[in-house]
Amino acid sequence: MLSPRALILRAPGTNCDHETAHAFERAGGLARRVHVRALAERPAIADDCQILCIPGGFSYGDDIASGRIFALELKTRLGDALMKFRDRGGLVLGICNGFQVLLQTGLLLADPTTGLPEASLAHNTSGRFIDRWVRLSCDPGPCVFLKGLSELELPVAHGEGRFVLRDPARLESLRAAGQVPLTYATDDTGRPTNPNGSLGNVAGACDPTGRVFGLMPHPERFIDATQHPSWQGRLDPSAPGAGLTFFINAVKATA
Amino acid sequence: MLWEVDVVLRDGGGDHAAREVTTGAAAHGIAGCTRARTAAGWLIEGDLSREQAERLANTLFADPVTESFVVDVIGAGRLTQPLDGLPTVVHVLPKAGVTDPAGLTAQAAAAALGHRVVVRSLRKYWLPSLDATDVGRLAEKLLANDAIQDVVVGPLAIASLAGGRTWSFAQETITLTGLDDAALEKLSRARCLALSIHELHAVRDHFAAVGREPFEIELETIAQTWSEHCCHKTLTSGVDHVGPAGEARYDNLLKETVFAATRTIRETLGPRDWCVSVFKDNSGVVRFDGDHDICVKVETHNHPSAIEPYGGAATGLGGVIRDVLGTGLGAKPIANLDVFCVAPPDTPAHEIPPGVIDPQRLLAGVAAGVRDYGNRMGIPTIAGAVAFHPGYIGNPLVFCGTVGIMPRGHANAAVEPGDLVVVAGGRTGRDGIHGATFSSIELTSESETESGGAVQIGHAINEKMLTDFVLEASRQRLFHAITDCGAGGLSSAVGEMGATLGADVDLDRVPLKYEGLSATEAWISEAQERMVLAVAPADWPAVAKIAADEGVEATPIGVFTGSGRIVLKWQGRVAGDLDCHFLHEGRPRQRLVSRSMPASRPPLTWSGDTTVTTALLNVLALPDVASKERIVRQYDHEVQGCSVLKPLLGPGEGPADGTVIRGVLGRDRGIVLGVGLRHHLGRLDAYQMAAGGIVEAIANAVAAGADPERIALLDNFCWGDTRRPESLGTLVEACRACHDLAVAFAAPFVSGKDSLNNVFTYTDAAGAAREISIPPTLLVTAMGQLDDVRRAVSPDLKTPGNRLAVVGETKPDMAGSQLSLTGRVSGGDVPTVDAATFRAAIRAVSAARRAGVLQACHDVSDGGLATAVAEMGIAGCLGARISLADVPAAAGAGGGDLGLDLGLDLAIAFAETPGRFVCEVRPEHAAEFARCMDGVRFAWIGEVTSSAHLEIVSTTGASDRIAVDRLAQAWHGENA
Repeated sequence: MLSPRALILRAPGTNCDHETAHAFERAGGLARRVHVRALAERPAIADDCQILCIPGGFSYGDDIASGRIFALELKTRLGDALMKFRDRGGLVLGICNGFQVLLQTGLLLADPTTGLPEASLAHNTSGRFIDRWVRLSCDPGPCVFLKGLSELELPVAHGEGRFVLRDPARLESLRAAGQVPLTYATDDTGRPTNPNGSLGNVAGACDPTGRVFGLMPHPERFIDATQHPSWQGRLDPSAPGAGLTFFINAVKATA
Repeated sequence: MLWEVDVVLRDGGGDHAAREVTTGAAAHGIAGCTRARTAAGWLIEGDLSREQAERLANTLFADPVTESFVVDVIGAGRLTQPLDGLPTVVHVLPKAGVTDPAGLTAQAAAAALGHRVVVRSLRKYWLPSLDATDVGRLAEKLLANDAIQDVVVGPLAIASLAGGRTWSFAQETITLTGLDDAALEKLSRARCLALSIHELHAVRDHFAAVGREPFEIELETIAQTWSEHCCHKTLTSGVDHVGPAGEARYDNLLKETVFAATRTIRETLGPRDWCVSVFKDNSGVVRFDGDHDICVKVETHNHPSAIEPYGGAATGLGGVIRDVLGTGLGAKPIANLDVFCVAPPDTPAHEIPPGVIDPQRLLAGVAAGVRDYGNRMGIPTIAGAVAFHPGYIGNPLVFCGTVGIMPRGHANAAVEPGDLVVVAGGRTGRDGIHGATFSSIELTSESETESGGAVQIGHAINEKMLTDFVLEASRQRLFHAITDCGAGGLSSAVGEMGATLGADVDLDRVPLKYEGLSATEAWISEAQERMVLAVAPADWPAVAKIAADEGVEATPIGVFTGSGRIVLKWQGRVAGDLDCHFLHEGRPRQRLVSRSMPASRPPLTWSGDTTVTTALLNVLALPDVASKERIVRQYDHEVQGCSVLKPLLGPGEGPADGTVIRGVLGRDRGIVLGVGLRHHLGRLDAYQMAAGGIVEAIANAVAAGADPERIALLDNFCWGDTRRPESLGTLVEACRACHDLAVAFAAPFVSGKDSLNNVFTYTDAAGAAREISIPPTLLVTAMGQLDDVRRAVSPDLKTPGNRLAVVGETKPDMAGSQLSLTGRVSGGDVPTVDAATFRAAIRAVSAARRAGVLQACHDVSDGGLATAVAEMGIAGCLGARISLADVPAAAGAGGGDLGLDLGLDLAIAFAETPGRFVCEVRPEHAAEFARCMDGVRFAWIGEVTSSAHLEIVSTTGASDRIAVDRLAQAWHGENA
């Protein structure tokens, strides 16, 4: 059987492409890093891929807003190719900046009638970039990537990760549809770990099929136990990290 | 048409920038500014209809979910309407010619959408009705930095964004013949050349021999190449020194101390030498594994950061990243570090001299600069420090470092005759003209206005794209050599690469940001994010293809010739023609005189009654010791996926010693970084300051797991006015320490950088001339290696019942200690390094780690033993009990007025004797640990407890307990 292929789509300023490709390969897939220019010139590159991943970074510098220009470029130059990819059952994963891009392209949580984004990722309430580990609750529902997970820790590293909805009342229906399967949980002392003020503690969202998924935390940064901030003396340093499950799930679902 | 787009948050409550204004206004005592709103504004000039401008605002600038926008022609009344009832409108814009990254990004995005427009960004503020003085103070203190930004209150009246006119070639000849010394020095000052009188003589004599007067561009090239910044003329000069160890004569100080140590170590290692390329490239390169070498460089960017903290720190980091990228045939940057030395955050306003930025704002600015640049580059910022001293008020120090990795065989590069001179990356503008010479002169209260042109703003995305381009071209081995455009710009980069071959350069082919730069400006501009590559003509098409694929501009601007001359041309006409040999070897060497005699120390005196735990709370809250979490968490320290030991560790998120990363994804060999900085000793004993810094950096690295036999060191000397024999004397003492300790530990220096003349002069309120010099400061960086990252050791306590050992002897030398800053002790001796004992200790600790018996390890540094144990408890969320009577202490500890017992306890708890470690060991491993400590002084001093208290038993047997939570609060600054 052929290994599933993951296309890691990068733009100027993408900076988590290598470790994301590495995570897919550790999970048994094949990963290929492709520049958005190259894909726009030859969209057929995506034809033999089963997974499309937009990794983290600061695409185009994020100088206007995170993911804005990358999303604009995808919409204007690759809109049809992406819809086709999704409609033929391809998995789409957006991590951090990739999540921001997915929301802005309307591939995820778009108003079905207008096609406009229903959700956005605004500046953290602290007003600052933050790198820290958070505890997450998973209620996988249809989400392919979270299958079998209930709780885990992952790092976040972003300045714009506060999940907001144009109509906050929509949160309940999204919950009911299983479209917000990943939320920031409380720590051992009962304090919320929500690092950015996200509505409903939402850390990740998927489309109704569960095959298009975006999240702020970085699963590719916890594929080895040694990436955890308290591993030494507490975890088996040769064990995999919980984030690897995301990639194994994706590879299995497309194998 | 010139359009303005203002984008505001629909929900004003989420306007964080507005909250910063109101809190800042309150802090500066500006009453009545209790509410504010802000907007991101954009000026767009071009052939756009109103409808097109609105569509652009809708698609590019505003978020449909969270934001709304207003578009109109600049100056239109509705653009300055009150918002939320706030009537005062303030605009903050980048000054003309200052890099505007957001504007450039938006301009490129608009171009991709088919609009050929010029875009500039601005920030807009709506404030309550305030009097003009308060608005002015707000603008100055909070909203803008007038070195780089303009403030406009009320409507904007800008006719056009287009700037610059075409420059037409004009050859300026500078007459040197017949000038006397006074006239020569006047010329040097007026042109910001920073050349000494001997150097001016050499230039005058050279051109007399050539038979003509120099052209302006030639004089500028010489000034850049001979600047302190570029060639370290003080450190490489001859020195006649008198110090505590007697008289010494050096012909080249650096070569005979720091370099000599490295040479000795390499010779001793013989075939086991693991240095690859040291002190000759843009960074120092050492062996890593069978396939890779690693390199490291730490730079200072002090003067620019003093004037524009955000831009100065960002471009400092950008520069050192390019140093690594420009090493050998290109290295991949994999980790950054940053160290800031600033005045204490609580410095009262009346003690801040005119022209100086408030230390808190400065620290926030430099941290934000590193954050925004490093995070955008996708390089983890894994290590660093923040150190405080009043002497840094006018000259804050900003150190930025980068570690890189390259395939073996990439370390050595050589330009070949006929190679094209290719400049790649950002375009050239007037930014940073005279940065190299500016950094070599003193700052004054007027520097902000005089030297604003030397300040640069970084554009990280350009550097990220440049990096992607260089690494791909490097992978395909498409160039023969590469270097970055740093200080001195193209003049230094091309000058260095063509130092022996020479080069012909067509300056009119240098891509410009805007019209109007003269040939000289294009040649010496320090515009950021540029690299120069030497490319064989046959490889140029492939290089051009990669550049196009990555969206990077790369342009051949000349040829490395083999003529031994740097020939500069403008549209075919010769603008300058310099002999390489004179440029690089013609600088007259100076001979200097120095002396250094550490003053005799006043006796140790204890004052005030206290307990060890109360003193501990005070020490944990001191700025040098207290948590740097607020800064650390703004840096992405995990990108690239190789993180192993992070800057904050354990369930309680305590401070790390060394930080550890994997060198290569998926492989287990690791790189360890540690830093050492004993700045409080700088004015007391420069030799011990340097020695202590070296020990601290190595101890950091070894505690985390570094192999003590493979530690590379870097030096960064920051000094005051070394033209004074006493000041130069302390520099010589520090260099001597570097030599002695490096040899003793077989830890070679592989690279370094100095920043001298860190003296701030001003006129005080009474009209008296004042100057503030920094304390002599040596930052030492240790880059260690670890064969298997799974055997790294963190400092957080792990398990109740485990035993605690201290390795090394404690001596009661309290001078410069953190405890002395609390006022509880004064006088006493400076802590001294015992090299042989420390070498044995690091070998023993490393043996214990390899034996698998170290559960936790922390080096003892700022705040002494009590602080070290407290930090381990905070990190592990566990308590401990230690007995001070069991700590191996030198005879004669304590004493003084307070009575022997308390003095003794405080001395044992807080002395900063260099080179000690606290280790956590399982009871069943105690014997094995003791075996590893063979020949090294160590003792069992207590155990880890589950009580969540730190209990310190005094030398008289009295118990003193404090909750770890309270220690954590003090450390986090939550006690006030």
